[in-house]
Amino acid sequence: MAGTSFVRKELMGQTPPPMTSAGIIGWLRQNLFGSWMNSVLTILSVGFIAIILWEVLPWIVRSSWTASSLRECREAIDLAWGDHVDGACWAVIRERYLQLIYGFYPSEQYWRANLAFILLLVSLAPILFPALPRQMLWFSAAFPFLCFWLLWGGTLWLPIVAALGFAVGYLAFIAANRAAGQLAGAIAALLAPVVWWIWLAAPVSRGLDSVIGIGIEPVESAKFGGFMLSVTIGITGIALSLPIGILLALGRQSGLVILKSLCVGFIEFIRGVPLITLLFVASTLLNIFMPPGTNFDIILRVVIMVTLFSSAYMAEVIRGGLAALPKGQFEAADSLGLDYWKRQRLVIMPQALKISIPAIVGNFIGLFKDTTLVSIIGLLDPIGLTNNIRADVNWNGIVWELYGFIALLFFIFCFSMSRYSMYLERKLNTDHR
Amino acid sequence: MSELLTDREIDRSHMEVSDEVVIEITGMNKWFGTFHVLRDINLTVFRGERIVVCGPSGAGKSMLIRCINALEEHQKGQIVVEGTILSSDLKNIDKIRSEVGMCFQHFNLFPHLTILENCTLAPIWVRRVPLKEAQETAMHFLEKVKIPDQAQKYPGQLSGGQQQRVAIARSLCMRPRIMLFDEPTSALDPEMIKEVLDTMIELAEEGMTMLCVTHEMGFARQVANRVIFMAEGQVVEQNEPEAFFDNPQSDRTKLFLSQILGH
Ligand SMILES: Nc1ncnc2c1ncn2[C@@H]1O[C@H](COP(=O)(O)OP(=O)(O)O)[C@@H](O)[C@H]1O
Ligand SMILES: [Mg+2]
Repeated sequence: MAGTSFVRKELMGQTPPPMTSAGIIGWLRQNLFGSWMNSVLTILSVGFIAIILWEVLPWIVRSSWTASSLRECREAIDLAWGDHVDGACWAVIRERYLQLIYGFYPSEQYWRANLAFILLLVSLAPILFPALPRQMLWFSAAFPFLCFWLLWGGTLWLPIVAALGFAVGYLAFIAANRAAGQLAGAIAALLAPVVWWIWLAAPVSRGLDSVIGIGIEPVESAKFGGFMLSVTIGITGIALSLPIGILLALGRQSGLVILKSLCVGFIEFIRGVPLITLLFVASTLLNIFMPPGTNFDIILRVVIMVTLFSSAYMAEVIRGGLAALPKGQFEAADSLGLDYWKRQRLVIMPQALKISIPAIVGNFIGLFKDTTLVSIIGLLDPIGLTNNIRADVNWNGIVWELYGFIALLFFIFCFSMSRYSMYLERKLNTDHR
Repeated sequence: MSELLTDREIDRSHMEVSDEVVIEITGMNKWFGTFHVLRDINLTVFRGERIVVCGPSGAGKSMLIRCINALEEHQKGQIVVEGTILSSDLKNIDKIRSEVGMCFQHFNLFPHLTILENCTLAPIWVRRVPLKEAQETAMHFLEKVKIPDQAQKYPGQLSGGQQQRVAIARSLCMRPRIMLFDEPTSALDPEMIKEVLDTMIELAEEGMTMLCVTHEMGFARQVANRVIFMAEGQVVEQNEPEAFFDNPQSDRTKLFLSQILGH
C-alpha cells in the first residue's frame, strides 16, 4: 500500500511548552488544582492552616517580655491588650534562657562551653564538606579530647592520657600479633585500652599533674544541663554510633559464626529493650557491677547507653544499604584484588552509606530528640529544667512558652541535619546525571 | 549471529601460543549443596591462548571461569594459576587475582567513582602505585579503549558499550597476564557489541592470554585458537575453531551450534 508510507523531509526543532504547563499558573494547576479532589484538599488545608495561625499568632504577639513572674505577666498583658486576652509570657525565656542553654554550668565559665561549641563546628566542617582541606581532619580527631577537657576542666593530662589509650591499643596489637597471631592481636587491641582507661588513666594523669600541673577549673557533671547537655550526649552518641553500627552490620554479615551470633544477639537485644530501661540501668544498676570506689560518671554512663542503643538501629539501617548493593560490586572489587577492608572502605561502604543516608540521618535526629529522655533519670536537660523552673513560685504554672522555646531549638538542630542530608544526597548522586 | 566480525585484517604477528602453562586445572569439581555444577574439569591453558567457552545457559561456563580467580570456591581438584596453587590461603588468592583480570556481563563499574577513579583504585590500593603514575596508566588504557575524553564522567553517564570498555581498561590497569571474560557482550545493544569485540580483538593481537565465555561465534572463528563446548557442568568437546564449527563431533554440540547459528 503506497498510500500509507510517510517520510519526514525536515526534522522538527524544539518548541516551548504551552503556557498552561509552565509558569506560576501552570505550577498551581499542576500541583494544587490538578483534579477535583486535589482542589478540595488544597482549600481544606489552606483553611486549616489559617485557623491555626489565627489562634496562635495573636498568642505569640500579644505577649509580655519584661515581667518577673507569671502573675506580673498576666497583669501586663491585660493592661496592654485588654482583659481576658491570652498571651504568651516570654519573660520566662528572657529570665531563664541562659539556664536552658547551659544548665547550672558556672556562668564565669560559659566561655568554655561556647568555645567548645565553636570548635565543634570547626571539627565538623571537614567531615561535612569534603571540599575543605583534609589536614583539618587532624583537628577533628583531637577535638573529642579537647572538648572533654574544655567542658569538664581539670588537668590537661587526663585527655592526653586518655588519647594515649589508642596508642596503647596499637602497641598491644603489634606485640600480641607478633607473639601469638592475628586473633590474639585483635583481642589485645580491644582489651589493653579498656584496661588503660578504667584503671590506669586516672592515676597516671594524676601523677603527671603533680609533676607538671596544667589545668583549668573542674566542673562536675551535676552542673551540666540544658541544651549543652543534650548536645553533648547527642553529638557523642551520633559520632560513635555510626562507626559502631558499621562494624555491627559487617559483623552480622560475617562468615565467622561466633562473631555473627554475637552481633545478631547484641542488635536484637538492644532493639528489644526500650531506651528508658537502658537509661535506668545506666543510672542505678550499672554502679552495682563496678568495682567499689570507682566513680563512673553519670553522663558517661548515659552516653554509653545512648550510643549502644543507637548503634543497634544504625547497624540495621546499614545492613539494608548493604543488601541493596548488587552482588557484582563485591565481585568486581574481589577480582581487582582488593582485600576485605579495602573493599569495604573503598567500594562497598561509600555506596551502602549513600543509599542509607536518609535512614541514617533519621536515626541521628531520633537519637538527638531521645536525649530528652534523660530527664526521667534526673539529668537536667531542657525538659528536666522545665520542672525545675516551674518549681519556682514565680513561674509556677507556665508550660507552653518553655516547651515552645525548647521545641524551637530542637527544631533548628534537627532541621539543619535534615537539610544537610538532602544536600549530601544530591551531591553524592552520581547515578543518572 | 553474524559470522563475519570485523572487516579489517587481524594482525596475527603477536598471537603466538607458547608452551608455557599459565592455567592448569585438574579434576576440578564443584557442588552447590547436592547439585553438581562442575564435573571433573581438566583444562590446560598455555600462554597466548585465546579460548572461547560456549554452551547452553546453565552449563557452568561462568562457574568455570569464576573458579579460576576464586570468586567461587571449588570443592575438589586443583587449580594452578601462574604457578600458584589456588587454595583457601588468602595470600595465594590475592596473588592470583592480581595476575588475572576479569570482565563481567554487567560491567560492574563502581558507580560512585569517576571513570578515571575506577581505573586507578586498584593500582593505588593494591599495587601501591603513586597517584600520578596510576592516572597516567589509566589514561593510557582509556585511550586504548578509545574513551579518554570520558575520564571525568561517572559510569552512569556512559553507554553500555562504553562502560564495558572502561571495565576492560580497569582490569588492564592492574597489568594482568590473563584476562577472563564472562559474556562481555550479552547485556549490550547490537550496535555496541562490535566496539567491545574490537577492543577484545586488539587485546588478542597483543598476545594477551584470554578465556572468553561468549556466544559471538564470529569472534570465536576469527580470534580464538581453541573453542570449548560445555554442557551440564562438563567439557563436552574442544577443538580448533575451524574443526569445531565445520565438523562438530558430539550431538550436543551439533544441536547447540544449529540453534545458535540459526541453521
Ligand atoms: N549460588 C548458586 N546456588 C545454586 N546453584 C547455582 C548458583 N549459582 C549458579 N548455580 C547453578 O549452577 C549452574 C551453572 O551456572 P553458570 O555457571 O552461571 O551457568 P552459565 O553456563 O549459564 O554461565 C546453573 O545451573 C545455575 O543454576
Ligand atoms: Mg553465565
